This record gives sequence, structure tokens and C-alpha cells, in this order.
Amino acid sequence: MAIKLKEISNQEEKIAPGHRACHGCPETIIVRQVLHAIMAMGKPVVTASPTGCLEVCTSPYPQTAWRVPWIHNAFENVSSTLAAVWTTYRHFIKLGKMEDRDIKFVVFGGDGATYDIGLQFISGVIERGQHIIYICLNNEAYMNTGIQRSAATPLGAWTTTSPVGKVIPGKTEHRKNMVGMMAANGAPYAAQAAPHAWRDLMTKVQKAASIEGPSYIDVISPCPRGWRFPTDETIYLSRLAVETCMWPLYEVEYGKYRITSRPTEKKPVIDYLKAQRRFEHLFLPENKHIIDEIQRKVDEDWERLQKLAEMD
Amino acid sequence: MVEAMVKKPIVKALEGDKAVTEAIRQINPDVMAAYPVTPQTEIVMEFAELVAEGLVDTEYIRVESEHAAMSSCIGAASAGARAMTATCGPGLALMWETLWVTSGLRCPIVMAVVNRSLSAPLNILTDQTDMMGSRDSGWVQIYAENHQEVYDNFIQAVRIAEHPDVMLPIMCGHAGFVLGHTLGRVEVLPDEVVRKFVGEYKPLYSILDIEHPKTIGAYDHWDYFFEHRRQLFEAINNVLRVIPEIAQEYGKISGRYYGLVESYRLDDAEVAILIIGSGAGACREAVDAMRQKGVKAGMLKVRCFRPFPADEIVKALKGKKAVAAMDRCECFGGEGGPLFIEACSAFFNRGLPMKMIDYFYGLGGRDTVPSEFCDIFRELFQIAETDKIKPPLVRYLAVRE
Ligand SMILES: Cc1ncc(C[n+]2csc(CCOP(=O)(O)OP(=O)(O)O)c2C)c(N)n1
Ligand code: SF4
Ligand SMILES: [Mg+2]
Repeated sequence: MAIKLKEISNQEEKIAPGHRACHGCPETIIVRQVLHAIMAMGKPVVTASPTGCLEVCTSPYPQTAWRVPWIHNAFENVSSTLAAVWTTYRHFIKLGKMEDRDIKFVVFGGDGATYDIGLQFISGVIERGQHIIYICLNNEAYMNTGIQRSAATPLGAWTTTSPVGKVIPGKTEHRKNMVGMMAANGAPYAAQAAPHAWRDLMTKVQKAASIEGPSYIDVISPCPRGWRFPTDETIYLSRLAVETCMWPLYEVEYGKYRITSRPTEKKPVIDYLKAQRRFEHLFLPENKHIIDEIQRKVDEDWERLQKLAEMD
Repeated sequence: MVEAMVKKPIVKALEGDKAVTEAIRQINPDVMAAYPVTPQTEIVMEFAELVAEGLVDTEYIRVESEHAAMSSCIGAASAGARAMTATCGPGLALMWETLWVTSGLRCPIVMAVVNRSLSAPLNILTDQTDMMGSRDSGWVQIYAENHQEVYDNFIQAVRIAEHPDVMLPIMCGHAGFVLGHTLGRVEVLPDEVVRKFVGEYKPLYSILDIEHPKTIGAYDHWDYFFEHRRQLFEAINNVLRVIPEIAQEYGKISGRYYGLVESYRLDDAEVAILIIGSGAGACREAVDAMRQKGVKAGMLKVRCFRPFPADEIVKALKGKKAVAAMDRCECFGGEGGPLFIEACSAFFNRGLPMKMIDYFYGLGGRDTVPSEFCDIFRELFQIAETDKIKPPLVRYLAVRE
């Protein structure tokens, strides 16, 4: 289904202005992109969020920014929560209590809620084949609680729980391969996306919404607050993440890998790192090996991804 | 709504856990989400068979943990489903966070709790530490003494939880193994009578109502949170009125009438034991034994612990010369167990004197036999005669010191 910008710009905004997200926040941008993509398919949505920036910013009682049904339960259990809403929906259709309007069930969850505390829950939902579309708003840390590291935080990054000290220079581990895990878990559709590549992102959302079964889309969410960059550079950072292959755009459909957009010229990771103050300590001479390691891992992963994409 | 009483009862020999499954089968809820844990496993296994045989319409979500079970029930209830689950001990402990979400979101979920101790040391047998540990989470709590009550409580629980003045989740406790795995005589109502009694669940709101989008589970700051909690206080206190109403209706169809509390040979009793759950069985025997000797002993069983039926307890025990509260749970570092503390404060707050002692008993599945209750009655008479409680106020029944 082709994405027509003109049509989309005439659609109603389902997330109202006036929410409390920071200037330059990527999360509400991505939510709008996702909702517009599904609306363009003419499908209604029911949404859910775990505890995190988006939840706090959009639902300060007695106000709400949500013009679609939305539920928040707790930090770790959004998958089970929305999956049970889906199960109930199917049940009511079966009983003839509700008309089948092909509602899409969309989770917007932070990386902490996804990679860490909620991993078991999302894994269970995928195993049971409960049909939700899980969008991970991946700002690579627990932003809501003050920029603590998560399993999505990249190597070397400063966070408040991977501080830069005399002995330890930021986060000492690489991040998880979440898309790979979700595909291996049996999700018929798993993908990586980025908000600057809105057409790519929206196409992936529509694909996820068309496929039978649970799907997972991990969206890089450059956060000015936590990554330490000016608030007008969110989209610029998103682009750099893709151009340096720190965040390749690809999808895994029934186990088949496909790179959906290749950088015309693969930039060095330094370009990406130097644009964010969370990496500024890496530019001290004694930390050069960390940058080298980041580059090595990016190259290795990119090679692997290309090989996977070549496989039939 | 009122049904004529069923003339010829269907009598079955059921294990306590099976009595729950039988009730769930008859209620035929929209969603059941549960995870196995001893000694609740009978319920999830038997329910799986019902589903596999097509004997219920229920969607059975076989989740990967108890936390996910309750999370699923919350999602289902928010979508307008009548949702249920069952757990015990560690499972209930794992759910703890979501218990508060359930009551806070006013989801009338019904849960069977096959009461089990909490580790460590690891123990799979019964006491009430699990439910007592979650007594303040905004759930209604009722306990069964015997197999019949397991069945009857569960069916009435649906109506209590979904009552428009309540809209709160409810736990129905029964003793693991002691009731759960033993056979008991249960009079079962016909399916259609149960279905008519529970009726159809009509939720106020549903997240599936896409024409009227709702935000459920909003962030609540200091400016509203307290008011929402205040509403919850109000709702749970309404249960003190609602339980007898529902019980009256249930009595009409079953011939079995229940209250918030139940007295046994209490009217002319001089001393009494206050107890919750299956232990009341042995306590009754002790009362009878004492009575045979001409000793005026009585018992008050608390069926509903949350909300706490303080008025009913005071009314039933007022004027007794001494009372022993029996706490089958751990309450480390407290001034006694929850039943004792709350019963004491009920008397104190009404300006009434009461000589009350507390016994912790039956932890980790330890049996309490009638002769031990008889000893307690003797102790109570001593207190009555001397008008003095010999310390300690809080004791441990039948434990090696
Ligand atoms: C059980 C539990 N543990 C911890 C928290 C505290 N907590 C709330 S949100 C959050 C981090 C959210 O991070 P993420 O999921 O990445 O979302 P973001 O705010 O970054 O968008 C944490 C740690 C909680 N609410 N519940
Ligand atoms: S901290 Fe980051 S993710 Fe959170 S609201 Fe601000 S910009 Fe958005
Ligand atoms: Mg995050």
C-alpha cells in the first residue's frame, strides 16, 4: 500500500498537541507516524503504553493526549495487557457480541520496558501468537527515570547508571539484538526503523498491520535530553544513525532478512558519536579503543546483516 | 432476579480445587488467564480439559507467569470481559504489583487463591500468609471453611465484584491440600441457575469502544491521586452492604445463607475463638466437646476479611469474657496477626473492653486438632476467671520453642 503524503496530511491527528514531551522529543513524532500509517489503511486502533516517558507525557490526569483508546497498566506488562484486549476482541467477535472491524492493537513501549523488564512478557505474547504490533520507542536508556542504562544502551555511552569515572568510561557492554531475538522467537514480522525515514517506517507499520500474528518494530528514538544534543537535531541524529550503520534499516519477514534502505555512503561511526555529548568522553585519547570497538562491531553486524539478507 | 430454590440438589464429591473449576465452568467467563503453582495446579489442569473438550466458551490464556496472568486479566477486563484467574502463595506474591493496578482500575476480576505459605524455607502447604500479605491492596477477600463454601463463595464473588457500587476485584481463599486436594460433599446448582444468577457482565467502559476512546490507567499526580483512592475506600466499604444482599439472593436459590461472619454456639458462650477459613472445622469440634462438658465455648468465623466487618464482629463478641484470635499467617514484627490487631481495634474504637489474645497457628500446613482448640478454650476461661492475661499476649500454637 503506497503512502501518500498529501492524504496523510489530511488525516486527523490522533495524538493531541499540548502533551508534556520535551522539545524535540522523537517519541510523539513516531507515534504520529505509526498512527497515520494505520489510519491510511482505514483501520481503527487500540493502543497501550508501559510506564515511561510517553505514558507520563501524554496522560496527566485529568488531561489526555490520546484520541484513540489507550491503556497503561504497569512498566513490564504492556504486552500481556494489550494482547488480552486482542484476545477479548476475538472472543466477542466469535460470540457475535462485536462486529469484526479489523482493529489493530498497537503497543508503544520504551526500550527499558521492552529489552529489559518486559522481555518475558513480549516473548510470551509472541509464542502464543496474540496479534499485537509492538513498537519499541528506543531512546537507548530509561529516560523517564533520569537516563539510566538499559540493555539497549550502546557500548561506551554515558548514562546516570553507567557514569564516566576514573576507572570505568561509560557503559561497558554492547546492546542486545532485539530484532533478532523477536524473529527467533517466532514473530512473523520484525523490523528496525527510524523516524527520519518516515516512508520506510510507515511502510513497515502497514506490513506489520497486514500480517497474521504478532509483529515487532524497533524504532530508534534520538532523545535530546538523554543523548545530549540540541533539540532541533532529532531527525539529523536519526539519519546519522542509519548512515553510519549504527542502526540499519531492515526487516525480517517469516525469517527472511531484507535491508530496506542502504546508506549511499557508509559514514564512520565517529560522525554519529561526536554529535552527542553522551559519547564525548570517548574522544579522550585513552578511550580511542572504545570507538574502535564500536566501529568494529558495527562493521561486523553490517556484514552479517548483508549476508543474512542474501540468504534465501 | 430472585429464583425459586432448586428442589433437588445435585450432590457431588469434589475436591476443593475441583469445586472452583466446576464453578468457573458454570459461570463460563470470557477470559481465564492462569499459571500453574502447587497446590492450585488442579484448577489450571482441569480447566484446560474443559477448554479442550469444548465445555466452556472461555478464552484460556496460558500465560508465562502469574504477573502476566493478572496483567492479562486487567487487559481483558478493560476490554469488557468477565475475567478470572487462580493462584496461590508465590504466584500471588509475584502478582503483587498488579493487584493494586486491578483495584485501582476498578476491574472486577475474580481470583481463586488456594492458600499457601511463602518461602523461605520452601513450603508448599497451606497457611494464609499469601492473602493476608495482600489484604490492603483494594481486593475484597473472602475465605471458605469447607468444600461447599469454596463453590458457593466463588459463584457469589462474581456478583459482589461486579456490583455497580463495588466494581472491585475479589479473592476467594481456600486452604491448599486440606480443602483443595481432599474430597468433600458439594451441592452443585444446575448450570442454568448459576448462569442466571451471575447474569451477563455489562462493563461501564471498554477500551474496545473505538467510537468513544478512553484513556485507562492515566498518570495521576498529587492533585487527584488521593481522591481516586478515597473513592476506592468508599467502594470497598460498600461491600459490607453488598455481600449480605447477594448472600440473601443466593440463599433463595441454594438454601444456603451466608453472612460476613458466622457464629457457632456463640449466643450464650462466655469465651470464644475468632478464626478464618478451614481451621474453623476443627474449632467447631472443640466447641462441641467443651459444650458436652458443660463449658460455654463458642466460635466466630470471619468469612469476609476485606473489608473488615468490624461491626459484625463486635456485635457477635460483645460481652464475652475472653476471646482468642487465630492468625494463620506470618506478620513478623507486628503486634500480633492481622485478625487480632483489627479485632482489638474494632473493640477499642467502640470504647468497649475486650480481653483478647492472639495465636499464630498452622503455619506451613501444620494441622491444628480439636484438642488444641480445647486447650485454648481452657486458657480463655482462666483469663475470664482471673480477669488477667498472663503474658505474652501473642502466642504460637503447638510450636517447638
Ligand atoms: C516495576 C517497576 N520498576 C521500575 C520502575 C521505574 N521506571 C518507570 S519508567 C522507567 C524507565 C522507562 O524507560 P523506557 O522503557 O526506556 O522508556 P523511556 O522513558 O525511556 O521512553 C523505570 C525504570 C517502575 N515504574 N516499575
Ligand atoms: S526525555 Fe527524551 S524521550 Fe523523554 S520526553 Fe524528553 S525527549 Fe522525549
Ligand atoms: Mg528508553
